[in-house]
Amino acid sequence: MTQPPKHLELTQVDIDFPTPNGPFKALEDVNLTINKGEFVSLIGHSGCGKSTVLNIIAGLYQATKGGCLLDGKEVNAPGPERAVVFQNHSLLPWLTAYENVELAVKQVFGKSKSRSEMREWIEHNLSLVHMDHAMDKRPDEISGGMKQRVGIARALAMEPTVMLMDEPFGALDALTRAHLQDSLMEIQKDLNNTVIMITHDVDEAVLLSDRIVMMTNGPAASVGEILTIDLPRPRDRLALADDPTYNHYRHEVLKFLYEKQRTPDSPKAEKSTEKEKVAHKTPVIKSNSEDKAA
Amino acid sequence: MSNLIATLGLSAYFENPKTSFAQLGKSLLIPLIGLLVFLAMWEIGAKSIHTSLGVFPGPVAVYEQSINLINDHNAERKKEVAFYERQDKRNEKKLEKDPNAKIKVRPYTGKPTFFDQILTSLITVLTGFLIASMIAIPAGIIIGLNSTLYSAFNPLIQLFKPVSPLAWLPLVTMVVSAVYVSKDPLFAKSFITSLITVSLCSLWPTLLNTAVGVSSISKDLQNVSQVLRLNWFTHVMKIVLPSAIPMMFTGLRLSLGIAWMVLIAAEMLAQNPGLGKFVWDEFQNGSSSSLGRIMVAVLVIGLIGFLLDRCMLFLQRKVSWDKTAVLR
Repeated sequence: MTQPPKHLELTQVDIDFPTPNGPFKALEDVNLTINKGEFVSLIGHSGCGKSTVLNIIAGLYQATKGGCLLDGKEVNAPGPERAVVFQNHSLLPWLTAYENVELAVKQVFGKSKSRSEMREWIEHNLSLVHMDHAMDKRPDEISGGMKQRVGIARALAMEPTVMLMDEPFGALDALTRAHLQDSLMEIQKDLNNTVIMITHDVDEAVLLSDRIVMMTNGPAASVGEILTIDLPRPRDRLALADDPTYNHYRHEVLKFLYEKQRTPDSPKAEKSTEKEKVAHKTPVIKSNSEDKAA
Repeated sequence: MSNLIATLGLSAYFENPKTSFAQLGKSLLIPLIGLLVFLAMWEIGAKSIHTSLGVFPGPVAVYEQSINLINDHNAERKKEVAFYERQDKRNEKKLEKDPNAKIKVRPYTGKPTFFDQILTSLITVLTGFLIASMIAIPAGIIIGLNSTLYSAFNPLIQLFKPVSPLAWLPLVTMVVSAVYVSKDPLFAKSFITSLITVSLCSLWPTLLNTAVGVSSISKDLQNVSQVLRLNWFTHVMKIVLPSAIPMMFTGLRLSLGIAWMVLIAAEMLAQNPGLGKFVWDEFQNGSSSSLGRIMVAVLVIGLIGFLLDRCMLFLQRKVSWDKTAVLR
């Protein structure tokens, strides 16, 4: 079997955070390969280091050991080719939706696009997330879901190689969330860009992802299991609700989260190497460390 | 439910919207009653305080003296106009006799009135405040952005911040008279002295608050800036300044308040022209109307301080992006 060209690769990533009681190891030996156009979810209990993984890919954190390669280049600083959709939208409150996207577009295309092209591009991206009607509103004048849409539009407008989403829908109500998930699936189908998303929501992970990366509990968290979701696209949430395969995947994730990784002091699944669908039931090792969530 | 409405004082509104005018009247009436009670107590209380310069001024005396001060001012202005008219006539006559005669225009040198002193004080405080802000805001931004600089300068700021500017005054006076030597000075020495004293004390609150505002930008926005790879200038203009504006204005308003208070004291102490000198002169004058005049000055100083703060608040509303923020 020939190896596909590696798009994004994390190899043996360790990260230590300095604390007054010596360094705190948040991640240990994280290995992950992600293909172009893939939608990958990271799931795990709070404080297991999901965000840390995302921040390493974004370049906001530097791995203590190991590293991250994107298309063969080492990632060591943040950049617009790895756009981030932040958990709490992180729009600049003093700029309108249009201006928020404009700031990003000017940074990325300031030299390659003309004024009118930029204007068109900003409007295009805002209409992708159905926000073209509220372009001139400030963040405090629109709802939480709308802010998150603008955040997504800002990330999309940078034409990122990889889009990183840190619990993008975590703070939204169920209806808005479903709506945005559908939008995201549509956009991803059209643009076919790589997406890495952190989530707490099992349904969200199964519905959206090509693969789900399940992380073990911290400290020294790592990749526990990787589950490939082999469901045809486009996916319809209503039809899938009764789908046995869908429910099987859902069950797999729940089992990992609530049986193998139940509480910080519960038996911890043995770290598996980077193999896909390693649903092996190896004997568990006892981890008696405390959950010092980073 | 009806109880609740009644306690909220809304029952009248629900029963008859017209009575909302009555409510408006009420909201004006109560402060007015408060003011009247205060004036009455002041008048009664003042009468029972006897000083060597007569009875302590009550509201009536203050009113009389303020009228006197306005009349004085108008009289002084008339004198000035008359002075220049006489001078012009004299000069015309001179020219008639000899078209090549040298004309000297002598400036009027009357005593500055109460309103001249107010103007002097206002100009001094605003100039001093402007100079201090022009130094403090950029310095605050730079110190706030760089934690090394912050820890280097913080002890100095903490040391100089609590120093009463009046302690600086002798030093400033001596330095100004030693350094600012000019035959035909653009500004009076006393003006420069007051200016520097005011600047020295109104520097710190703005500097400190700007630095704190700049250094406490949310981590999320800093991450956005990093992901976008904003350059230093764009980062400061688009992210740092807007988020630091509320703190910056808190500092500016504190500074202006301090500047105004300090200026009056400095003028009294150093005999520099301004409201402070007016108060001191009246005190030294010791006539029966002096205390009344000083009381007028006290009220005017308060009023101007209040108006200055309102101006800053207005400016903050203009500049700030967050129109919903409660400003007080």
